[in-house]
Amino acid sequence: MDETAWRRSLGNPRVLFGLAVLALLALAALGAPLIAPQNPLHQDLLASFAPPFWHAGVVPGHLLGTDDLGRDTLSRLIYGARIALTVAVISATAAGLIGTLLGLAAGYAGGLPDAIVSRLVDVWMAFPPVLLSIVLVAVIGAGLEAVILAIVIVDWTRFCRIVRAEVLVQREQDYVAAAVAIGLGPWRVALQEILRNLLPTLIVLFTLEMGIAITVEAILSFVGLSIASGAPSWGGMIAEGRLYIHQAWWLMTLPVGCIIVSVLGLNALGDGLRQTLDPLVRR
Amino acid sequence: MSALLEIRDLHLEIGTGRAALPVLRGIDLVLEAGEVLGLVGESGAGKTMVGKALLGILPPAARITQGQILYQGRDIAAMPAKPRLALLGRDLAMIPQDPMSSLNPVIRIAGQITDVLRRHLGLSRRAAYERARALLESVHIREPERVLRQYPHELSGGMRQRVLIAIAFACRPKLIVADEPTTALDVTVQRQILRLIRDLQANSATALLFVTHDLGLVAKICTKVSVMHAGRILEAAPVAQVFTRPQHPYTSALFAATPRYDRPAEALTPVPEALTARLWAEAAAYDAARAAAGVAVGGRAADA
Repeated sequence: MDETAWRRSLGNPRVLFGLAVLALLALAALGAPLIAPQNPLHQDLLASFAPPFWHAGVVPGHLLGTDDLGRDTLSRLIYGARIALTVAVISATAAGLIGTLLGLAAGYAGGLPDAIVSRLVDVWMAFPPVLLSIVLVAVIGAGLEAVILAIVIVDWTRFCRIVRAEVLVQREQDYVAAAVAIGLGPWRVALQEILRNLLPTLIVLFTLEMGIAITVEAILSFVGLSIASGAPSWGGMIAEGRLYIHQAWWLMTLPVGCIIVSVLGLNALGDGLRQTLDPLVRR
Repeated sequence: MSALLEIRDLHLEIGTGRAALPVLRGIDLVLEAGEVLGLVGESGAGKTMVGKALLGILPPAARITQGQILYQGRDIAAMPAKPRLALLGRDLAMIPQDPMSSLNPVIRIAGQITDVLRRHLGLSRRAAYERARALLESVHIREPERVLRQYPHELSGGMRQRVLIAIAFACRPKLIVADEPTTALDVTVQRQILRLIRDLQANSATALLFVTHDLGLVAKICTKVSVMHAGRILEAAPVAQVFTRPQHPYTSALFAATPRYDRPAEALTPVPEALTARLWAEAAAYDAARAAAGVAVGGRAADA
């Protein structure tokens, strides 16, 4: 991947939109203590159910209103980005590493290793993924680490399947034969020659996986299996807000909007990068 | 003293079981140091497979079922991976057929040349880079510094083939397999590349296995010729003898089918179908005789 590929990517509207969303998420996550107007855990029962700024009866200092315990919604949303992004980055990285290595080994070695990995992936993908992560977290125990672990255990197959298929294509290329003919061993050929050619695919998969991870984390928070309740996660906010949907509709709608925009942005980024980096789609 | 390369009775099949297709039917070749052997034949004769078997880059479905490939008296085909890989690139090298696809598209030229130097000569990064620059000069690339920084897609076909030739000669190998090294290039570039290969070969006294379908090229570069058809060698002799007194009717037919500047195109006669049909029938009879003799076909004894 060279300079022109990057320049082409930055001219793609989907990539730009995705990068903007990602930058916003990163800003909120990293700068939460500086940006958030209030402590997200601070309760103020006298100011509970304050409406957002476009409604009558807004309480000063609570731009997006407050929840049933008087906690500031905007601050909770900003801190929620922190949890969402942490889960997204760590689980996408780990799932990517595991899936890529197994896919690379299976695709390049062929034979028995390929048979084992491929069957494993088949079995894995026979489970409904969300159900599998719920069961896993139920077994491992709730908490952020458990959520990340569950996502990795479920989603490495996404990387594995696609990397394996791609390696099968690359393996037949003349440059691989040329690399073997200068005496490079199988691991050097796989990790140095082939893996570099998979980089565009991996970037796209990583981006899409971040979006998936955010959704799964929200689902697990919603069913109360993620971080301790009270801590500001988007899924948790949805679960709590659901109870007051008739009195204060924004409590549930705002975090839903955050999730939609984040996932939309990450998917757009993945799609855009696929258009600009993947030679098959580009043609 | 054994020959540099001696291929003995090499049999190769593609596929297994009943679907096994014989590709090489007992190839014999001898190549001494510094010699240039032309391996000639039409498409499907199996000439490329000989080169690939020698370098251990056969497609996954292909298997050597019988015979030996002796390099300096050692059978490469039966050698474990580690010592074999140590020979590849250092003693044995390849100039591939298609320069457009034989360089890794995402690695700069510098990386691709220094890889082989660092692998086999144990050079430091800097020393390898200097050697790579000198190698590019030796294949007559102007501005080697700029080319080293470029990616393959930024180079023309002729330039890429020069880079691949530089890689092939990088460690001063004793034997190079050149598989139709000029086929994918423009006619004008073909001549330059051919002269370059011939000059480098002559200067380094490297032996060359030159795989081609073009008898014109054989006349220009080779000292010996082996004519192949249907996985068999029909005739093997010094170039002068093959060109003046071809022994096998198929060789004569190939000459008649080769375009020449001093003959009108109408004078070309394709290889007679009766002749190729006879040769294929001979090959089939050979397979049948082997099967009848109970030689393992497709890795199992043939059904009686």
